[in-house]
Amino acid sequence: MKLLIFGATSAIAQSVAKKVAHEGGELFLVGRHQDTLKIIAQDLVVRGAKKVGEIAADLTFREQYSEWVESAAKFMKGIDVVLIAHGVLGDQKQLEQNSDNAFDLINVNFISAALLAEASAHYFEIEKKGTIAVIGSVAGDRGRQSNYYYGAAKGGLEIFLQGLRNRLFPMGIHVLTIKPGFVSTPMTAHLKKNVMFASPDSVANGILKGIAKKRDVVYLPCFWAIIMGIIKSIPESIFKRLKL
Amino acid sequence: MESKHKEPLGQSPISVSPLWDESRQSWGMYPKTTSLVSPLHWRGQEFSESSQDKHPSLSYLPFGRGRSYGDSCLNDKNILLGTEKLNHFIELNNETGMLKVEAGLTLKEVLEEIVPRGWFLPVVPGTQFVTIGGAIANDIHGKNHHVAGTFGCHVKSLELLRSDGTRRVCSQEENTDWLQATIGGLGLTGIILWAEIKLKKIVCPWISRETLRFHNLKKFFEYSEDSDNKFEYTVGWMDCLSQGDDLGRGVFFRGNHLLVKEAAELKVKQERIKTFPFHAPEFLLNRLSMKAFNTLYYHTHPSKKSEIVHYRPFFFPLDGINHWNRLYGKRGFFQYQCVVPYEGSKSPIFDIIETFAKSGLGSFLTVIKTFGNSISPGILSFPKPGVTLTLDVPNEGQKTLRILEILDEKVVKCGGRVYPAKDARMSKESFKHYFPERPAFEKYKDPKFSSSFWRRVT
Repeated sequence: MKLLIFGATSAIAQSVAKKVAHEGGELFLVGRHQDTLKIIAQDLVVRGAKKVGEIAADLTFREQYSEWVESAAKFMKGIDVVLIAHGVLGDQKQLEQNSDNAFDLINVNFISAALLAEASAHYFEIEKKGTIAVIGSVAGDRGRQSNYYYGAAKGGLEIFLQGLRNRLFPMGIHVLTIKPGFVSTPMTAHLKKNVMFASPDSVANGILKGIAKKRDVVYLPCFWAIIMGIIKSIPESIFKRLKL
Repeated sequence: MESKHKEPLGQSPISVSPLWDESRQSWGMYPKTTSLVSPLHWRGQEFSESSQDKHPSLSYLPFGRGRSYGDSCLNDKNILLGTEKLNHFIELNNETGMLKVEAGLTLKEVLEEIVPRGWFLPVVPGTQFVTIGGAIANDIHGKNHHVAGTFGCHVKSLELLRSDGTRRVCSQEENTDWLQATIGGLGLTGIILWAEIKLKKIVCPWISRETLRFHNLKKFFEYSEDSDNKFEYTVGWMDCLSQGDDLGRGVFFRGNHLLVKEAAELKVKQERIKTFPFHAPEFLLNRLSMKAFNTLYYHTHPSKKSEIVHYRPFFFPLDGINHWNRLYGKRGFFQYQCVVPYEGSKSPIFDIIETFAKSGLGSFLTVIKTFGNSISPGILSFPKPGVTLTLDVPNEGQKTLRILEILDEKVVKCGGRVYPAKDARMSKESFKHYFPERPAFEKYKDPKFSSSFWRRVT
């Protein structure tokens, strides 16, 4: 597999990359920090990756999106899958008070992810094949007072991907929306762990399966589909009174 | 737009989580502890003053996967530095077999990558779920101790991060004394960030195994002496509840890596990992059930058998059952591992086994092995020449503690020692006798590092 990853230092992305490397795949990593990308690239080489390239950059530099995709395609001589994995959870209370922070959070979680997906689509349209896999969140299924900035960004992203999928389907290009629940990662390090938390490793398995089976939307682990189904079905007149 | 993250992420200070966490326990499930868990994410992270601001009076201890049995991996009411995310390979030299890896990688993850490339870890214990850092900090041993020595014998270098922020690369060439203190140092000399290990060349993942039944302890010693120069791996399982003529009967396993290339094509049977679903109720664990299990285990093994097996069931038979420790119920269990001088039929091991067999306690899994004569590299390494016995004992409170104390007295008397990685109950006095080298270790201990075990025995 020739895999381009945006947000390559994220825990879920690292787990996916390790599995692809183990199978002898080729990878191109884009992330914010040169030093940590280097650590990951070394690791992937030992695990069996045929080739690993990397670019350290701020993922909100949208002028460079198509350049990065082109560099990756040049380095690996093609791209099979683009995985868009970056995201910031943010502190809801602080976001309510500080509009700069709120803007940044939506910019990172929604705008940059959506436009990276679009830039990838432009590349795949010429190739007439490929997969765009994007990490959304169960938080995007319904707005809640505890994290509606993050939820709105991820929910917006999901609607964007629905449209993109609709547009790319006739060309045989696959768009996968990944909706993990709680995952034990640095993003959730401050939360108390319980049985609802999945490991990045099991989420990575679910992502690779979703890619292979050309699924449209996957909840990871799958029990979140049921939980969110229930949460979505609660009438708004009741939901607004709940403390969630 | 300028990046808001000028600091390289990999060098950010280690931060201590504000949550008290009870999810980090040891494999024996005793004692139960609570600690602040601070995960490490990158090997370049700093142990700065800002890391220590919030809790200036608390001590630190690295925590891998909690596969030590007792409290040597615990730091009750203090801070654990989780090494789970230090799980990156750094370099594998396919010519020399030199492997450089971060300390939080488990042996399982390492083996999965190196075995297909014709390499094996120089020493493996009975589970592949321990980390590289844990293997070094406990200077673990395996079924090949008689030829390979301990894990620490194969560590060429490592990097140690101390609470004062300093970093030291320790090897045979530089900081050798620090290397010796850190091997077997129970995580108390600082955080091991990465290590370089010399691997062993293999041809395929298969082991040719021979299984032999021994009807008493003397026969075990005969098999052991006979096998140690012909077989790289030897170990005995023992029925610790049989007495009289049958005292110390058991099953002897010996094996070598298969050297035939064609064997690479043998098919690996699809392993089904089972999970022990809940804590077994305590009434199921009694002398009767243990006696039945031990007798059955002995008799279901043929008196002699040769076969070819995959390395996983050969080295890690219990890894096939997740959470097998739940068999012992909520109260947990003790593992007792001692080494005593090897003096053939006069070995003090006879007395120890007999005392245990008559004590009324039982053990599902009793393992016996002769150690080789190699000198362990660590100041506080456990293995030394002699014979080592491991008992799994359900925690039945005072009664269990009293009998293990009696065993301690015997081990002290013959100049043996008990393995800290397995221990949750040895006394200060016993520890002093087992490890007279401790004063020499003190100088290397990080002043801000401690463990539940260390506070108990010092």
